Amino acid sequence: MQYGKYRFIVGFLVAPLVLYAVFVISPFIQTVYYSFTNWTGVSPEFEYVGLANFELLWKDDLFREAFFNNIVLLVGLPVFTVLLALLFAFLLNVGGTGAGVRGIAGNGFYKVAFFLPQVLAVPVIAVIWAVIFSPESEGLANSFLGWLGLGPYDWLASPDMALYCVLWVLVWGSVGFYLVLFNAAMSSVPRDIFEAAFIDGASRLSTFVRVTMPLLWDTIQTSWVYLAILALDAYALVFVMTIGPGGPDNSTQVMALRIAQEGFQNGKAGYASAMGVVLFFLTLIIAAVLLRVTRRERIEY
Amino acid sequence: MNAPRPYPRRVFLRRAGLSALAVSGGTSFLASCASGGSDSDDDVSGGGEEQTSENPFGVDAADPLHVVIFNGGYGDQYAKFHEGIYQEKFADAQIEHEAITDIRQQMQPLFNAGNPPDVLDNAGAEQMPISTLADTGQLTDLTDLWDADAIGFEGMTVRDTLHPIAIESAEYAEKPLVMNYALQVYGIWYDRALFDEQGWEPAETWPDFMNLCETIKSAGIAPMAHQGKYPYYIQQVLMDMAVKHGGHEVVFAIDSLEPDAWQHDSIRAAAEALLEIKNGGYMLEGTEGLDHIQSQTRWNEGKAAFIPSGSWLENEQASVAPAGFQTTAAPTPLLDGATLPFDCTRVEAAEAFIVPAQAANQVGGLEYLRIMLSMEGAREFTELTSAPTVVNGAADGVDASPGLASSLALIESGGDDNWNYYYTIWYSPLRPKIETVVGELAAGRISADEFCDRCQEAADETAEDPTTQQRTRP
Repeated sequence: MQYGKYRFIVGFLVAPLVLYAVFVISPFIQTVYYSFTNWTGVSPEFEYVGLANFELLWKDDLFREAFFNNIVLLVGLPVFTVLLALLFAFLLNVGGTGAGVRGIAGNGFYKVAFFLPQVLAVPVIAVIWAVIFSPESEGLANSFLGWLGLGPYDWLASPDMALYCVLWVLVWGSVGFYLVLFNAAMSSVPRDIFEAAFIDGASRLSTFVRVTMPLLWDTIQTSWVYLAILALDAYALVFVMTIGPGGPDNSTQVMALRIAQEGFQNGKAGYASAMGVVLFFLTLIIAAVLLRVTRRERIEY
Repeated sequence: MNAPRPYPRRVFLRRAGLSALAVSGGTSFLASCASGGSDSDDDVSGGGEEQTSENPFGVDAADPLHVVIFNGGYGDQYAKFHEGIYQEKFADAQIEHEAITDIRQQMQPLFNAGNPPDVLDNAGAEQMPISTLADTGQLTDLTDLWDADAIGFEGMTVRDTLHPIAIESAEYAEKPLVMNYALQVYGIWYDRALFDEQGWEPAETWPDFMNLCETIKSAGIAPMAHQGKYPYYIQQVLMDMAVKHGGHEVVFAIDSLEPDAWQHDSIRAAAEALLEIKNGGYMLEGTEGLDHIQSQTRWNEGKAAFIPSGSWLENEQASVAPAGFQTTAAPTPLLDGATLPFDCTRVEAAEAFIVPAQAANQVGGLEYLRIMLSMEGAREFTELTSAPTVVNGAADGVDASPGLASSLALIESGGDDNWNYYYTIWYSPLRPKIETVVGELAAGRISADEFCDRCQEAADETAEDPTTQQRTRP
């Protein structure tokens, strides 16, 4: 079996590696290259301008505003998504009443219902929620709150609320997927661990905090990184759903939207590339930091 | 673990077209290395036949012609008509007709690689930044076209037949580079049938307008709606009132990025007027959060009396408007002390047709534009799309819908008082910044003074940006 082993491995690896190099690695490298030029994006001619784009970027108030909006999403999205998904997954698995450890009734239905946003395209989600968040008093959200005697609110038309509407839709769109993910991770935890906890008289809450969370730590950690990356993007949702887009009053500006606006509408592809490079390194740093600070000892079972 | 992310990054890249940018960039890099200097601007490609009055650019029928049309509100039927005329004239020419909506995504790589089409209709949400194309020498000088004989107009050059705003909008660094084909008339639009039924008339002065708003409001209709998600629309009302108050100088200063251009009293007065509409409760509830489809539909449903828009509105709403709805344009009311008459408005030459400098058949492109601007070609466009063209008199006698008729009347009555602004096209980074501030004003969250200050700040930033190509008017 030794004979031709390497040829065999190489033969399998060449195609994916070439594809990866052409469509992933090379655009990254080109973006770095263009970030040092004044390329307009529509002309084959451009000049090398050194670090000028990065100097401009450092003084760009709008980009800074976008950065801080991304930070709000970066904090809010993983916290709410992971907590909600964990809670729901726990309820689905061990929340049932009656003898022994079992999920609640209709467990399969809930999983499908929660997962549904996952199969919708982001622009579809954005359009649906833009309509729900209509500032008219007949809007869905406002009708509901009006029925409770509240509102009407401006939702996406209010500079104070718009970013939280975006955050909510991101959470709504993500919870289902992580619920299924945590659910799968939980099912691989032997039932007797939960049973032992219950027999020892642990409440549902302490079972959740002291048994479930530690056992799922690896999965939670990975989810956290993925959600952080998602929070640094949010482009499609912001682009379709918000006023402007990026408004009102730049309250929902995000870095990816700035890249698209500068690169495509303003004919400043070089400057947009510099933003892309900054976003790339920010993502890298944040992912690395998250993985490091959330590192725990593995629990074997 | 290898779970897919909810919004995978690669999907984002594809959606944003960033990969297109990167990939096209790659070819551009190669192209710039391979070609060194690009074609000189003075040489015109294609043609070589004898130049006659019938064929002023010397088009060679053997050269193929590649036409790319933005398949948006105007469709591409009119282009097939123009291509038909070209084909009749040059029977051997192979015409490639492409009608697309994602202009930038498809055309950007061709421009970067140096093989763009011969005629491009650069329009729509995905258009390429036209001033960048102009500044980087990517567009053919249209002076020869302007000086050529106009088809269907005895003894006139093309220049003689064009609306002054078309001539003005074509100019970049004193050269005509862009043929804007459609004449778009802006105003506040209303349903003539509803106004007749109620006995209302669009008001000419500000006090009358306020009274009219009060009357409309007491009839249970919101006096005004706007497409709040895109403050661009309500901006038309603000700018129109300001220019009619202070004269064309107001907009010349803004377009020239002059210091204090936005601090002009007329701008402040118009901003205060807009606040009065909002604070008087005359805006449709929640209109700040509605997009153009939602707000225009409310307007068609009779929930609002006026809505700002351009002359495409009638066509855009054709499938929504109830039977008997008569889309009609009114000019904005005159503020106290206005220097321009009531019946003039903002008129824009839009739908930018260009002949790329690197096109293989530039003379064919020029001839195609000449055919578009012929009496017959322009008339057909208006008949097919109910939109006026930049060709004077080409719409005379066309069976006009209420919307088209009111647009044509405003072009006529406004004459030289009709005006246009260019800062949104000339300085693309400034456009969203101003729109953001307009949105804040229209929502009543800032005062007129704050509005002027913030707009001025944005304009100053643009003027100070070393990458800004500053232009001046008149």
